[in-house]
Formats: sequence, C-alpha cells, structure tokens
Amino acid sequence: MRYTLRIWRQAGPDEAGSLVPYQVDGITPDMSFLEMLDVLNERLVAEGSEPVAFDHDCREGICGACGLMINGVAHGPQRATTACQLHMRRLDPARPITIEPWRARPFPVLRDLVVDRSALDRIIEAGGYISAPTGSAPEANSLPVPKSDADAAFTAAACIGCGACVAACPNGSATLFTAAKVTHLGLLPQGQAERHTRAVAMLTTQDALGFGGCTLTGECTAACPKEIPLSTITRLNHDILR
Amino acid sequence: MPVLTSTTVGRKAILAGTGIVLLGYVTLHMLANLKAFLGPDSLDSYARWLREVLAPVFGQEGFLWLVRGVLLVCVVTHLVVAVQLTRRAHAARPVGYRHRTPVHGSYAARTMRWGGVIIALFVVYHVLDLTAGVLNPAGVPGAPYRNVTADFQHWYVVAAYTVAVLALGFHLRHGVWSGLRSLGFAGVSRPVALGYAVVITVGFLSVPYAVLFGVIQ
Amino acid sequence: MIEYSIGEPLADQRAPAGPIENRWERRRFTARLVNPANRRRLTVAVVGTGLAGASAGASLAELGYRVSSFCYQDSPRRAHSIAAQGGINAAKNYRNDGDSVRRLFHDTIKGGDFRSRESNVYRLAELSVAIIDQCVAQGVPFAREYGGLLDARSFGGAQVSRTFYARGQTGQQLLLGAYQALARQIHAGAVRMHPRTEMLDLLVAGGRARGVVVRDLVTGEISTHQADAVVLATGGYGNLYYLSTNAKGCNATAVWRAHRRGALFANPGYTQIHPTCIPVSGEHQAKLTLMSESLRNDGRIWVPVTAADPRPPQQIPEHERDYYLERMYPGFGNLVPRDIASRAAKNVCDAGRGVGPGGLGVYLDFAEAIERLGRAGIEERYGNLFQMYQRITGEDPYRAPMRIYPAVHYTMGGLWVDYDLRSTIPGLFVIGEANFSDHGANRLGASALMQGLADGYFVLPATIGDYLADAPFDPVGAAEADAVERDVRDRIHRLLSVHGDRSVDSFHRELGRLMWDHCGMERSESGLRKALAAIPPLREEFWSRVRVPGDGEGLNQSLEKAGRVADFLELAELMCLDALHRTESCGAHFRVESQTGDGDALRDDANFGYVAAWEHTGGDPVLHREALEFTATTPSTRSYA
Ligand SMILES: Cc1cc2nc3c(=O)[nH]c(=O)nc-3n(C[C@H](O)[C@H](O)[C@H](O)COP(=O)(O)OP(=O)(O)OC[C@H]3O[C@@H](n4cnc5c(N)ncnc54)[C@H](O)[C@@H]3O)c2cc1C
Ligand code: HEM
Ligand code: HEM
Ligand code: SF4
Ligand code: F3S
Ligand code: FES
Repeated sequence: MRYTLRIWRQAGPDEAGSLVPYQVDGITPDMSFLEMLDVLNERLVAEGSEPVAFDHDCREGICGACGLMINGVAHGPQRATTACQLHMRRLDPARPITIEPWRARPFPVLRDLVVDRSALDRIIEAGGYISAPTGSAPEANSLPVPKSDADAAFTAAACIGCGACVAACPNGSATLFTAAKVTHLGLLPQGQAERHTRAVAMLTTQDALGFGGCTLTGECTAACPKEIPLSTITRLNHDILR
Repeated sequence: MPVLTSTTVGRKAILAGTGIVLLGYVTLHMLANLKAFLGPDSLDSYARWLREVLAPVFGQEGFLWLVRGVLLVCVVTHLVVAVQLTRRAHAARPVGYRHRTPVHGSYAARTMRWGGVIIALFVVYHVLDLTAGVLNPAGVPGAPYRNVTADFQHWYVVAAYTVAVLALGFHLRHGVWSGLRSLGFAGVSRPVALGYAVVITVGFLSVPYAVLFGVIQ
Repeated sequence: MIEYSIGEPLADQRAPAGPIENRWERRRFTARLVNPANRRRLTVAVVGTGLAGASAGASLAELGYRVSSFCYQDSPRRAHSIAAQGGINAAKNYRNDGDSVRRLFHDTIKGGDFRSRESNVYRLAELSVAIIDQCVAQGVPFAREYGGLLDARSFGGAQVSRTFYARGQTGQQLLLGAYQALARQIHAGAVRMHPRTEMLDLLVAGGRARGVVVRDLVTGEISTHQADAVVLATGGYGNLYYLSTNAKGCNATAVWRAHRRGALFANPGYTQIHPTCIPVSGEHQAKLTLMSESLRNDGRIWVPVTAADPRPPQQIPEHERDYYLERMYPGFGNLVPRDIASRAAKNVCDAGRGVGPGGLGVYLDFAEAIERLGRAGIEERYGNLFQMYQRITGEDPYRAPMRIYPAVHYTMGGLWVDYDLRSTIPGLFVIGEANFSDHGANRLGASALMQGLADGYFVLPATIGDYLADAPFDPVGAAEADAVERDVRDRIHRLLSVHGDRSVDSFHRELGRLMWDHCGMERSESGLRKALAAIPPLREEFWSRVRVPGDGEGLNQSLEKAGRVADFLELAELMCLDALHRTESCGAHFRVESQTGDGDALRDDANFGYVAAWEHTGGDPVLHREALEFTATTPSTRSYA
C-alpha cells in the first residue's frame, strides 16, 4: 500500500517548523504505525536526507515514550491504543495522514515530532509518591487493602505518562495525569497521611508549569491509551477542596 | 483558603459555586414566568410581591435589591473566573494544531465560553428590556405582564430570546453535569443534566411563543 | 579467527564463608560504614533508572550520598523494566504451600542449571521477602484477594505460588514505585537526574572508576561527570539480536565500554529465549512482543501432524494435531521451562510443521480453556494479553488459536561482579540485568525483577559503604579526564565522517539475523565458527559503509543507534567465542554436540562448572575461570521428561 503523509519537520527547539508532504510505498496492513515511519526513515537516509525524529522505546504500549498527533487525534484513531500499537490496517490509504507533535507550552518541541515532556516528571517530583524510605516498610500483609480499592488504585496507576491527555485537552491541561497519580495513591491506606498535601503540591506545580486548568471537557480520557477515567479528576478536586 | 483563588481547581470551584447560584435563580425565574399563563394578575401580583416581601426587614424593594446584589456578584465573579481560566487555557497552547478532530465531541462543553458571552449580553439587554423597561415597546413599570406581551408580539424579540435561551440551555447541559464534579462531588449523570437543561429551555421559551402565537394575549 | 588464552583463575573475595544462612548478615556486619557527615561529601554516579538503578539511586540518596543519575529515555520512568508483565517472586509462603527462602534458593540454583553462585542466590531469596514489603509501602497496587491480602500465583511451572503480580503490568507498577522514590529524592535535591543522557565511556583514574563520560542527547554536548563510585544499572543487551522483546534503545554501550576499560565480562553467551512471543509478520518488523508466560497455564501448544498443512487450525481434527510438549514431557506438559519450550518449538518448525507466515510459529490454543472457564473466565485472566494480541495481529484469539514463536528476551551474561556487586574495576559496581547476575545459565520467570530490586534497595546500599570508607580518593588528573573525553569525541567524529551508503538499521538487522541463526536457541561448533568468521568483516563494512546523517550537535537518533550498533558488533564476537568455548549444554545454552539420547541438554560439571569471565586485552581476550562450589545444594541433572 502507499500512503501520503504530512509530517511536522522542525530542525531544532528555536527553528521554525512546517508540515512537509511525503509518500511511503510498500506498507503492509500488519505494520505498526511506527514501523511505517521506520520505512520512511530508511528511505530518507538512503536518499541522504535527515530521518524524521520521533520518540519511542518499548513499542509495546507501556513505556509512554511514543506520542504523535495523528490526523488531529492523540495516538491516532484507535481507542485505548498508543501510536506504537496502532497498526496500518486501521488507516485508509486514500486519506492523507497528518502527523504533528504534542502541542502545549510546557511541552516545547525539541525536533520534528519529539517534545520535552519533563514537566510531567516535575509534577510527580512535587509529591507523586508515598514517603516510605527503604527499610522502613512494615510486613506487607499487615495492612489489608479492600480488593475494590486495590483494583481502582491499579486502574489509575496504569497511566504511562505519555502526555496524550495534555495534547488532547483544549485547555492544554495535565489534570488527568495528575489526577491519575493522586487517585492511585489516595485510594490506598498507605497514601492517606500525605493525601491532601500531595494533591495540593502536585496541582500547584502543574499550574506553575503553565498547563491550562481543567474545565471537564473530557477530551483527555477519550485520548488516553490507558482509559484513565474522568472520575479521577473529581477525586482530585475533592482532595484539593476538602 | 488560598487554594480556592490560587489554583485552577479552586477557580473552577468558584465558577461552579457561582454557576450553581445562578442556576438556582434561573430555575426559580423560569417557574415564576409560567405565572404568565395564569393571567395578568398572577404575574403582576407576583412582581409586586417580589418588591414588598420582607419589607419590614429590608424595607420596600429591599429584598429584591439583595437578590440583585447577590446575582450581580455571582455573575461578575463567574465571568471574571471564566475569563481567567480561558486566558490561561489559551496561554497553555500558543502553537495550535494544523489538523484537529475532537474525539469526545461534547459540543456543549466546548461552547461554554461563547455561550456564556451570549448569555451575558442577553442579560444586559433583558434587564433594560423587562426590568428598566427602556427597551420595551410598552415599558410600563410594575406591569410585567403587559411588557412581556408587548415584547413578544415582535418576531425579532422572540428570536433574540430564543437564541439566548438556547445558549443557556447548552450552557446548563454541561454546567449542571460538571458543576458538582468541579466541587469534588459525584455529580449528576449526563441524561439528568440534559433533562434539566431541556426543562429550563422549554420553560423559558414557552412564554414568548405562547405570546407570539396568541395563546397569551 | 579470534582466539583466546586462559588466564589466572578468579575468585569471589568478599563472600563470607560459613553457613549459607547467615553469610549476608555477617557480610553486612563486617562491611565498613561511612559516617553520615562524610556521605554528604561523596558522589555516586548511577547509570540507569530501571528497577535496579532507580531503587539504588533512591536508597543511596536516602542514606545521604550525593547521587547523579542518568538514563537515555526522556524520563527515568520509561526504563525497560516498565515492560515486565508476569510478576515478581518472593518466598513469603503466604499460601502455606511449603515455600521458603531455602526452596526459592534451591529452585533458582536448579533453574540456573548449577551455573550460579550459591551465596548470591541465597541472599537473593532471603531479600525477596523485604522487597514485597518495601513495594507495598510505596503503594504498588499488587493483585489482592477479596479479604484484602496479597494474592500470589504459580509462574513458569513452579510448584509453589510465590509470584506477586499487578495484572499484566507488574514491571510497570514496581518501576513506578522505585521511580517515585527517586523523584522524591530529586525533589529533595539529593539526586541530580540527567534524562536523555547517554553514557559513552567510563572514566578510570588511579586504578579506580571515577566518573562517566556522557552525551546530552538533546544538545549533543559531551561532558564528564566525576564521582567517587560508579554504578552501572544499564540492563541487558538482548537488543543485539535486533528482533527481541527488548526496547529499541536497549544497548550494551555502558557495560561494553566498561569492559574495554578493564571490567571482566562474564558468560556473555548465556541468552534466554522466551517461548511465547508474537511471531514475526514481515521484513520490516522492528521488535517482538512478549505474551506473558502465564498463558501457558491454560493454553495448549500444538502444530499439525503433517508438514505444511494448508488448513486453518479450526479445520484440523484433533487426531491430526500434535500437542508435542504434552507428548514429550508428560510430567510438565505445556509448563516445561522456557529453554525447553523454545527449543521444542524451533525443532517442529525446522521440521516444516510450523504455522503462519514463513512457517515460523506454533499454535497456543485456548479452545479447551474457554470451554472450561467460559469466555468471561479467560477475559478475567488474560483479557489485556488477548487484546494486545488482537491489536498486533488483527486476529481474534477467542476464535482462532494464537500463533507464538520464541524470541530473545533476557541476557544472563553481563559484567562480572563479586558478592559486593563490585566489578574488577575498583569503584565500579554493576547491578540488575547488567551484571552476570544470579541466574546462572538460565533465569526463572519472575526472578529478574526480584534481583534488580534486591540489588538496588538492599545489597548495594549495604556494600558500597565498604568501598567508600576509603574515600576521599586523590583528585582526578585533568589529563586523564580529557583523554577519555577525547576518545568519545573521536569515535563520534568517525561515525559521522564515514558518509557511507548503508543505514545503521541494515547492519543491525544483518548482525541480529546472524546471531539468531548461530548463537540463538541452539548452538553448534560449525555455526558459531561461521558467525565468528562473518562478524569481523561485517564490522569492517560498518565502519566503511555506514551512513549517519546529520551532525553531532543536537538530537540525532541515527547517531545514537550507530554508536550502539558499533558496540554490538564487538560484543557479538565475544558472545560467540564464549558459546563456542563452552562445549557443554547448560540452561539456555544448548550445544547440539552435547545432548542426551532423547535430546535433553547434557551438562559437563567436571569441565565447565565455572563462570567464564573474559578480559579485554585489545588483542585476543583472556579467559578467567571462577570455579563454582556447591555446598548447600547438590548438582543434579535437570530432567523434565
Ligand atoms: C518484555 C519483557 C518482560 C519481562 N517480564 C519479566 C517478568 O515478568 N518478571 C521478571 O522478573 N522479569 C521480567 N523481565 C526481565 C526484567 O524486566 C529485566 O531483566 C529487568 O527489568 C531489568 O532491569 P534493569 O534495571 O536491570 O534494567 P532496565 O530496566 O532495562 O533499565 C536500564 C536503564 O539503563 C539506562 N541505560 C541503558 N544504557 C544506557 C547508557 N548507555 N547511558 C545511559 N543510560 C543507559 C536506560 O535508560 C534504563 O534507565 C522481562 C523483560 C522483558 C523485556
Ligand atoms: C444565568 C447565567 C448562568 C448560569 C446559570 C451559569 C451556570 C454555570 C454552571 C452551573 C457552570 C458549571 C461550573 C462547572 O462546570 O464547574 C458554569 C460554567 C461556566 N460558565 Fe456559566 N452560567 C451562567 C452565566 C455565565 C456567563 C454570563 C458566562 C460568561 C462568560 C459564563 C461562563 C461560564 C464558563 C466559561 C464556565 C466554565 C464551564 C466549563 O468549562 O466547565 N456563564 N456556568
Ligand atoms: C425568555 C423568557 C424570559 C422572560 C419572559 C423573562 C421575564 C422577565 C421579567 C418580566 C422580568 C422583570 C421582573 C420584574 O421586574 O419584576 C425579568 C427580570 C430578569 N430576568 Fe428574565 N425573563 C426571561 C428569561 C431570562 C433569562 C434566560 C435570564 C438569565 C439568563 C433572565 C434573567 C433575568 C434577570 C437577571 C432579571 C432582573 C431581575 C431583577 O433585577 O429584577 N431572564 N425577566
Ligand atoms: S493519563 Fe492517559 S493520556 Fe495522560 S499521561 Fe497518563 S496514560 Fe497518557
Ligand atoms: S480534556 Fe482537559 S478540560 Fe479537563 S477533562 Fe480533560 S483535562
Ligand atoms: S513506544 Fe513505548 S508506549 Fe509506544
């Protein structure tokens, strides 16, 4: 199959960028989206021009490194699927594919489709943890956790930190990311001591980094490859306002 | 409590709080308007009652002014916070996407801002029209029934009200759903919010159209 | 062809003698301490933020050391530990099913086919218990029973249920726990984190490891970070095979550069091949995806009886199916260890009975399990895995059986370390998959996470002090530091100035294919010699024909890959040499020349009961042998028939 692509090319953080059209041939339905980009890059290298830079590592949908705006949808058309797990059988060769980087002020473009997402690490550093220094832990089974809580905590903990929520949010808000962590830790008995301070610290950091505020538009959950539920945001609000 | 004013979640809560007060007002107001169907006396006496109620405590029209004060504070706060959040959102994405397709597709959620502006403009016009009476064909003080019926003889007035009330309907469709959530509570389901918005919209619109089609003279 | 010579035998200086039960306790007591005031003046460079690196970085910072931490990803949370699915072992014996530290120790030694060090493995089993406590305290959402207590399952054919798990994402949850502990220390200013920063060489001065030379992958800047001790936690090198379950960025650069600076490399040839991965679909395949081993608990593996059977699986009647594992190993059936399951799959495919594209696949059939447990029951257990399979293959595993094939998964080999996790370069510690590890010739499922966290949370923090007690060390001479940095710059310059006509990936693919064919599931003298003959010319060709577009300034992913593949091209030769010299079969290392009548691995304890630690000389490598004694266990043949 042959696809027509329009890819955002930008030489560096301070350079101007633009959408550049490309054609790729020999794409098979069972290729992943990133393998399709590999094919393009192989050709670009052969032609002596610079390949398209994009973040990726595990290619299993778990590391959260990949992140592309595909036809205006974060991670592309398939729900609950990262760009690396999206396969070409899902895309119609007749339609040109526009590929852009995540867009948000706290996510500056480094090159082509690669953006700097370290702002998300800043949010975790601000309080996204339970203070339990090595060696200080009690026997694991000394504090039972109701299965329902444990499961709900896991659902929130599944966040891979990809930033698609920010990319998709009309307000450029990272609230779903923050709320996922606040919910994961806040649901567990171990997390109670720091519950309020954690939420406030993480949110104020998120705000200070220049992310937008959440107005419950719900685009984030729809784009989230791990389907982090919107209820985590309600929970964040609760923990902040309590 | 600084989180209220200093964080985005706090501001959103203020938006919700004021929004819910306004919501309460429009609900009562809508119900009161239905008195128009019960004839002139019903509505006019209600208007009179509004001005005399609790007079011993607040004096003539005192209670009304109290309500107006509260409403004004809410609308202004609501507006200011809405604008703050909106500007923050724009600053958070200086470079937009060339190609954008909303996935979730809650139209109401994405039109809160414009909807709000329309409502705001409408309220100004509306107060000049039916409270001050200056923009009203009849403009008889203390006779809302006459003013209302005078108003809605004209299709363009009805059209203006229709636009405004529809905007409000959309605004509430999302607002009612999100309001409680913004305050950290479970909140109502989408169908309930939709139903509520529809009731308010239909309730408000019933009067103008009743007049237009001569159900109310 | 490359030759080798035999050097001085090697011994682990630091494992205390005496009863194995309290060796670790005694070592902890004899290890010297650094007083808190001095710790604040000592810097430790930790390269890697996986389970091993993140847990070590956080724990050292909590002790008061100044830590600088490095990873090539844009965030420490993305280290490849994140991809671990199945679970982590711990001898908690919550099930009261007869598990104990001693049994876990014994199973791990046996699983490693008696090619690992008893004292290390015992310590690992001992610490496994504390790991679970630590992770739970951090908020790792392990699976739980309805009563609220921790759930544990049996894994990879173990007879006891000692594997703790968090759905199919155990590695992710454990890593997030360690990452969050690290983040806490970053916030406290105790850890200086350097993401998107790749270690390209080791600074050795005055006979001690004194820092790392790194490249900032965003700005391209080369800089040296000096330290009083260096910890490598850079993971495995399975990505050398191009197609593997490793992440695209996994590399051997850090350990290989350290090896070239004097650290011995142990058992490079031990590579684990995982039996249940999604088969290759075509030429452009970039990596292989693992399907958790737990699938073998309910899935039945089979191939058609007749070669090249064209019929779709559902149309092949029961009596024309060969459930070969159940046939060959009635005792364990589909739950035989990884190496055995993998090799069996290879053999049926070599016999032309493989299924799917290129006949490189076997069926993993859930039809019976779905009848037994119902679709809901299967969804409950494997929902996310089935979903992943469908996403990748476009086939519905609820209807047609899955197709699976073995893939490179884990490298037991790595830098040689002693009981204190010190390499042969003073001041260079190696933890996690990067060291030659406690897994001998074959790793048991769910024990790598255990080892990474044991090393990082508990072992290293206790042993590093004994080395740093001698600090402060003499300042590093400017000349020494500059020399290393110059080497790095020259190498990058060389890569950029070849201006050839072949892409880096094309070389990586070719090397991977070569290694998979000759140094993969089955090794033979002739095959290994073929590979050893082919690698040097391929390396030459790389350095004369590779094309690396762009320059060294700024983000250049082709350049990153080129450096990694260049190191793979050197390491591959040592792997083959190691595999060639070990003429026995043991664990994952199967030499066709050394098998029993019914095709089982034939070990040779008399001649190969040792760890093979290789020294880099610039010329032919030198082999140092560390003899393995077994006092708490008795080497037995691993038989699953
Ligand atoms: C798909 C898959 C599933 C697995 N499932 C299980 C399981 O269920 N149970 C189990 O016990 N084990 C499992 N394993 C094995 C286990 O996950 C790994 O062995 C273990 O996580 C390795 O951890 P690590 O900390 O040693 O290295 P990694 O987690 O690989 O981390 C390596 C770190 O080093 C950094 N790094 C590497 N090179 C450089 C360099 N040159 N410069 C700077 N930084 C560098 C990387 O950025 C990264 O931070 C699985 C492995 C895979 C691939
Ligand atoms: C009678 C009039 C109004 C009522 C009853 C009302 C009600 C509400 C309610 C209930 C909310 C939900 C708050 C939340 O989601 O947390 C809301 C939100 C909002 N309102 Fe109003 N509002 C009114 C007027 C206005 C006006 C005049 C503006 C002017 C701009 C406005 C702008 C907004 C905005 C921007 C939001 C945020 C919605 C979101 O993004 O979630 N509203 N309003
Ligand atoms: C479409 C149907 C509507 C009708 C027939 C209507 C009618 C009236 C009347 C008659 C008054 C004067 C009451 C009095 O002075 O005693 C009034 C006042 C007012 N209405 Fe409405 N209204 C309608 C819709 C709305 C809507 C949609 C809003 C708000 C979003 C609104 C907000 C107000 C306000 C703020 C006042 C001023 C109250 C005061 O200060 O006295 N109205 N309306
Ligand atoms: S919440 Fe979802 S979209 Fe946002 S970072 Fe986490 S996984 Fe990605
Ligand atoms: S899309 Fe944005 S507005 Fe809130 S609900 Fe999601 S963060
Ligand atoms: S590359 Fe890891 S999630 Fe896509």
